[in-house]
Amino acid sequence: MLATIGLRSEEELIAHLPADVRFDKRLNMNDGVSEFEIVDYFKNLAAQNANGYPSFLGAGVYNHYRPVLVDAVVSRGEFLTSYTPYQAEISQGTLVSIFEFQTMVCQLTGMDVANASMYDGSSAVPEAAMMAVRITKRDKVLVARTVHPEYREVLRTSTQHQGIPVEEIAYAKNGRLELDDLKKKLTDQVAAVIVQTPNFFGILEELKEIATLVQSKGALLVVAFTEAVALGLIEPPREADIVVGELQSFAISPSYGGPYVGIIAAREKYIRQLPGRLVGETTDSAGYRAFCLTLATREQHIRREKATSNICTNQALLALMATVFMSVYGKQGLRELAEHNLAKAHYLAGKVKCEFDTPFFNEFVARTNGKSPSQVNAALAEKKIIGGLPLGRFYPELKGAMLLCATEMSKRDDMDTVAAELA
Amino acid sequence: MIKKVSKHIVQNEPLLFEQSSPGKIGYQLPALDVPPVDAERALGKGHVRSEIEDFSEVSEFETLRHFTRLSTWNYAIDLGLYPLGSCTMKYNPRVNELVARTEGLAWAHPYQSEELSQGCMEVVAVLEKALAEITGMNAVTLQPAAGAHGEFTGILMIRALLEARGNPRKKILVPDSAHGTNPATAMMVGYAVENIKSNERGMVDVAALAKSMTDDVAGLMITNPNTVGVFEENIRKICGVMHDKGGLVYMDGANMNALVGIARPGDFGIDVMHLNLHKTFSTPHGGGGPGAGAVACVKELTPFLPSPRLKRDGNLWRWNYDLPQSVGRVRAFYGNFGVLVRALAYIMAHGSNGLRQATMDALLNANYLRTLLEPHYQIAYKAASMHECVFSDDRQSPMGVRTGDIAKRLIDYGFHPYTVSFPLIVHGALMIEPTETEGKRELDLFADAMISIAKEVEDTPELVKTAPHNTRTAKVDEVTAARKPIVRWKPEPTASKAAD
Repeated sequence: MLATIGLRSEEELIAHLPADVRFDKRLNMNDGVSEFEIVDYFKNLAAQNANGYPSFLGAGVYNHYRPVLVDAVVSRGEFLTSYTPYQAEISQGTLVSIFEFQTMVCQLTGMDVANASMYDGSSAVPEAAMMAVRITKRDKVLVARTVHPEYREVLRTSTQHQGIPVEEIAYAKNGRLELDDLKKKLTDQVAAVIVQTPNFFGILEELKEIATLVQSKGALLVVAFTEAVALGLIEPPREADIVVGELQSFAISPSYGGPYVGIIAAREKYIRQLPGRLVGETTDSAGYRAFCLTLATREQHIRREKATSNICTNQALLALMATVFMSVYGKQGLRELAEHNLAKAHYLAGKVKCEFDTPFFNEFVARTNGKSPSQVNAALAEKKIIGGLPLGRFYPELKGAMLLCATEMSKRDDMDTVAAELA
Repeated sequence: MIKKVSKHIVQNEPLLFEQSSPGKIGYQLPALDVPPVDAERALGKGHVRSEIEDFSEVSEFETLRHFTRLSTWNYAIDLGLYPLGSCTMKYNPRVNELVARTEGLAWAHPYQSEELSQGCMEVVAVLEKALAEITGMNAVTLQPAAGAHGEFTGILMIRALLEARGNPRKKILVPDSAHGTNPATAMMVGYAVENIKSNERGMVDVAALAKSMTDDVAGLMITNPNTVGVFEENIRKICGVMHDKGGLVYMDGANMNALVGIARPGDFGIDVMHLNLHKTFSTPHGGGGPGAGAVACVKELTPFLPSPRLKRDGNLWRWNYDLPQSVGRVRAFYGNFGVLVRALAYIMAHGSNGLRQATMDALLNANYLRTLLEPHYQIAYKAASMHECVFSDDRQSPMGVRTGDIAKRLIDYGFHPYTVSFPLIVHGALMIEPTETEGKRELDLFADAMISIAKEVEDTPELVKTAPHNTRTAKVDEVTAARKPIVRWKPEPTASKAAD
């Protein structure tokens, strides 16, 4: 090959690099190692973590069973090792699966259109805010304090230089958004009001009331969710203008925080304001149904600085995991799964002292009765159980409480142990 | 002659919703070990949905068969060369998939205590250190979810530093050869964008840059090697022009796979850059994600990195949130950890020498293809190629054949096309990146196919213009898709009546 190119040595390939940019040393790292050593290395690292502990953490990341079919499908090289489906004729597998994903997201959320996915739930929030700003031509955003605290942080980071002030709405004694505070802050400058349901405390927000209020003032209602399993059972946010959320619950392992898959869905009339990839149905030249990426004129590779977002990837493989998960559980299964989550969480909540007496799905705020949440967690860790999330870090006023989550994976004995520690 | 592929039978498959039967299931939950709860009573009547309208109902085997059939409609690296320029489609070692699924890592919750997360934190620490060494930078964040997300993070940091110096300034300079994400990113950080034109060698025109570099300019976003696959030989001078007037230089690291082990951005004047772990470090593209966009920076920018940062506390790793100058969080938690595990496994497998060798092999493969194709296609710029080579369709367009047509014809020959019509500065661009993991046999097949198509363009241009001819799905009508967007399945109105 070198001879074909007309070179005598490999080093001549880089002979044109200026001498003052060349790195002529050796990178300061080890030599390459074998497959066995790599597997062994990560096994040892994993052993420094909790391993196989029952966990009662939720707070945006949930322990749900991953059906075996999920990895069987996503391990196929045709899905795993393909690129973004630019060449529709040889990417129909990915395109169809994304079209199904977009459809299922619409069915779950009650929205008309959904994109091919977002990086995660948190980064979908500012994208929805920016979308609302473009649509309403207003600039202010209100976000409920019951939206995931890290999502709110991401919202602030992402909007800070775009002239989009963000203000928070307090929560009431029942753990829901404080309607009076919303009314007070809902001026005619507000483009979007962002709420989450089930909210960060696991509580269902009263969307109908909120929607009427928000939309009567000409603002858009953005509804976020972190626990997609809830959508198997709860009324979807049909009142929303835009829905964003996280589908980690659908067969994506917690993996210390990522990768996950976010969604953004909206009413039909906003389709051209959606960020990211979209798959559409069309035909091929033989007249058969076919699919392709569409409405690319919204995107950065065409519009550059005028694009709706700088996003150029989606999370296709994780969207595929979620799609396989939804197919495995199906209409009946998603509901039954949600009912199991509801039953488990209510069993556990029935044995502890709850901070709020308001309908919740599979998470709730529990008081730790004299002990600090970290003391409770330390005691549980001794028993190889991971307790709840101490809330003081995000809500100083709740420093004596923890957020507990139970799912279909939670066993009764373990819940009894947690309850006893909280007593 | 088409050597690489033959026709074979492919299964047809309807959408999931079209094969759904009421009542069919493909799951089984364990028996409930706690009392059931009445949903309406627990949640309130208005909060419970009656059903998920039109959701699919299929058996377990139907699910598996459905997705298996769909998979056979895809091209993939596992099937052959995937020469998308700028995308770096290389082999994805399967051990990386295995280790990312190690139970203690895959099931680690981001909020479990630091004491119970030391293994994950060690992965982050070790990878940060390795990437800092590779880039010659002071510090690395692994939080951004993708390349464009890394760009956003880097430009935020530039803005924060300039604000700390007293003036964030107004503009970001972007060469006309840049990825579209660059200008889109600058806008999201509140900067106006000014394009810098490239010179006749495909490189940044230093004189034009110097003219544009004023006190209003915050920084430059540069890709090196740039999108025509050429190393910016004036990179030190370029960085000097920017630094002399108080600006900073961001490097889009999309092409870092051409530099690993042979040149380090931190050594040649770059202030902050991202790395696409899904390109250079071979985590699978998965049909369009997940990726990871690590950001590396010099010392002066380190205080502005996203929160949290790792810190050592005795024998333990801790997350430090006390970072007063940080730009804040760019996503929840700590980044696409599962992708980070794969990237670290890739770095370990290669080691110091292996990483450099991968770079050299990528250069060798790209230059080999360039040599074979140059007699038949017009090379865009004479300057030496690094890891990819860019041609124009200048010799084919007089016959009415454009780069997009050649790309579609390549499909008939059993290859995924190259990157079409990018970069924008090359008229009718064909951007070809073979990567280091292809052997001579596959490269020769590809070159043969390209040469054969060049001949077809002269003899039978219609054959090329109407391609692809051999695919399961014929040429897709993208215009109608955009004109009348159908982005979800809906039941036929008559069918739903029948179901009622």
